[in-house]
Amino acid sequence: MDLLKRYLPVFFMLALVVAVQLVTHFTETTFYLTQLTMSAYYSVVVIGLCVLMGYGGQISLGHAGFFAIGGYLAGALTTHNLIPFRDHGLVSFLDKVGLLVASKDLYGGDLLTLEPWAACITAVLTAGIIGLAIGGPVLKLKGHYLAMATLGFGIIIYRIALASAYFGEADGISEVPGFKLLPGIEVSGSFGARVLNYYIAWGVVIVSIVLLLNLIHSRVGRALRSIHGAEEAANAMGVNTARYKLYIFVLSAVFAALAGVFVTHYNGGIGPSEAGVMKSVRYVAIVAVGGMANLWGALIMGLVLNFLSLRGVFGSYDDAVFGIILIVIMLFAPQGILKINPWQQVKSLFTNTRGLSREETTE
Amino acid sequence: MALLEIQNLNRSFGGLHAVNSVSFSVEQGMIKAVIGPNGAGKTTLFNLIAGNLAANSGNIYFNNARINGKKPYQIAAQGLSRTYQNIKLFHGMTALENVMVGRHIRSKAGFMAGMLNLPWTWPEERKIREKAMDYLDLLGVADCADTEISNLSFGQQRGVEFARALATEPTLLLLDEPAAGLNIYETAEIGRLISKIRDSGITVLLVEHDMSLVMDISDEIVVLSFGEKIAEDLPHNIQQNEEVIRVYLGDEG
Repeated sequence: MDLLKRYLPVFFMLALVVAVQLVTHFTETTFYLTQLTMSAYYSVVVIGLCVLMGYGGQISLGHAGFFAIGGYLAGALTTHNLIPFRDHGLVSFLDKVGLLVASKDLYGGDLLTLEPWAACITAVLTAGIIGLAIGGPVLKLKGHYLAMATLGFGIIIYRIALASAYFGEADGISEVPGFKLLPGIEVSGSFGARVLNYYIAWGVVIVSIVLLLNLIHSRVGRALRSIHGAEEAANAMGVNTARYKLYIFVLSAVFAALAGVFVTHYNGGIGPSEAGVMKSVRYVAIVAVGGMANLWGALIMGLVLNFLSLRGVFGSYDDAVFGIILIVIMLFAPQGILKINPWQQVKSLFTNTRGLSREETTE
Repeated sequence: MALLEIQNLNRSFGGLHAVNSVSFSVEQGMIKAVIGPNGAGKTTLFNLIAGNLAANSGNIYFNNARINGKKPYQIAAQGLSRTYQNIKLFHGMTALENVMVGRHIRSKAGFMAGMLNLPWTWPEERKIREKAMDYLDLLGVADCADTEISNLSFGQQRGVEFARALATEPTLLLLDEPAAGLNIYETAEIGRLISKIRDSGITVLLVEHDMSLVMDISDEIVVLSFGEKIAEDLPHNIQQNEEVIRVYLGDEG
């Protein structure tokens, strides 16, 4: 019964995903699918961050950094030619166990690169390990201090992406090959694979949200939420709060990195703007609009806002829009816009009680 | 050895000696009260025992194991549970979920098992829910099980916090001013409840300002003043102890 209630929206979403695809097919607007696919991947970052922020109560202004670690590593490992290092022990070992793929580059030269699966696993593991390494010390901080520390991490990743030749400096990485998940199922931006990729992306979203829904309704999920509610009391109830905060931080880093891997293969490249601080702010803004501790809200807002942004609706004010959204949400609807009560809002504009009720809700 | 043994415990904050060479023990199966004027170091003492504060020196033994320097969650896992003076419940969760967190150390489903919703976790999850419901029932707050905690009255919140502390099935329960903010009827109710908890085999150590409650239910009383233990005796002896009377009422003239 509870399970049915938990998964019912998932089935509804599945139906909606199919319906949207059919509508675009019959109205010949399949070009929308490209942005819907990318929005889906960005939503994976958002729901991962939602569990960290809304349920675990820990903020991160560095999640674009994890996204970039995933994307950049997957991109670099599958594009950089290993032929010059062919005789090196490690490379020949990888070749022998079949983790390398040989192909031709644009000009017909020989190209030897890491197999996308191996690159994906390397990228995601790296993000997880980095998450573990910085999460350990950083999660001892609270509130603004944690925000600043994660912001610092994001800036470091951004500068590394921008400055290192291996990651293509300001140009980023391009000509990233497709990612064959299974025979016949390839993540790539090729025109013919648009519908397939739309379904792959939403498949990833559905798997992610089912995992996270399970998590927040489990014993561990309750422990996480209790840390958000009252950390000291959670500890006194036997919850190893430091370890749980670290776990959830790493988990959300892994989700971000995975989304980065998929987006990079889908777009055929990645640039430093993906690692930028404004991207991190955007993810945080979307989680806030969705209502913090509301996975579905975060998913819906992640989809809608990313879609509008990718369609260019916000024009060159893109980043400004997300800044404004963050301010407005914090002022008027800290519970997210899906829980908004317009009458209450109007009333509070004319009375003096908002400051008070605001304090109560954040307590 | 007694269930809880405190030896020469010290803790200062800057120049303030909040707990000064305090020693006492709590025997299995008794209700022991710690009383003293405001600022006597009662809450500091509790925080030292529960692991929220580190002692400067001295020893705390619980269940024959030294627990100084242990983290609160480790001490909780050894069978010590507590409530707070200013109720600390988990906001954003229902009453039932709050008490279910109390079952944390009595269950074991991990991260992966939770994410994959593995079938072997289902019976455990059902048991957590049933047990939590039982404790809400015991405290008479079962009808607010599905209410978010901040929508409950103060008395109900106190009940939920008690239920949460009991749900860990502790051997020792620390109660920090359980009657604070309650009226005389509710206080009498809490008194009966604490006696009932003791009768079920749980040892209780409490800090309380309400003297009638303390005298009613305690088996032994420790009196603190300015961080030092000035008396430790049976309730009716404490009532006649001149030092205690002086501390509470002040010197004559």
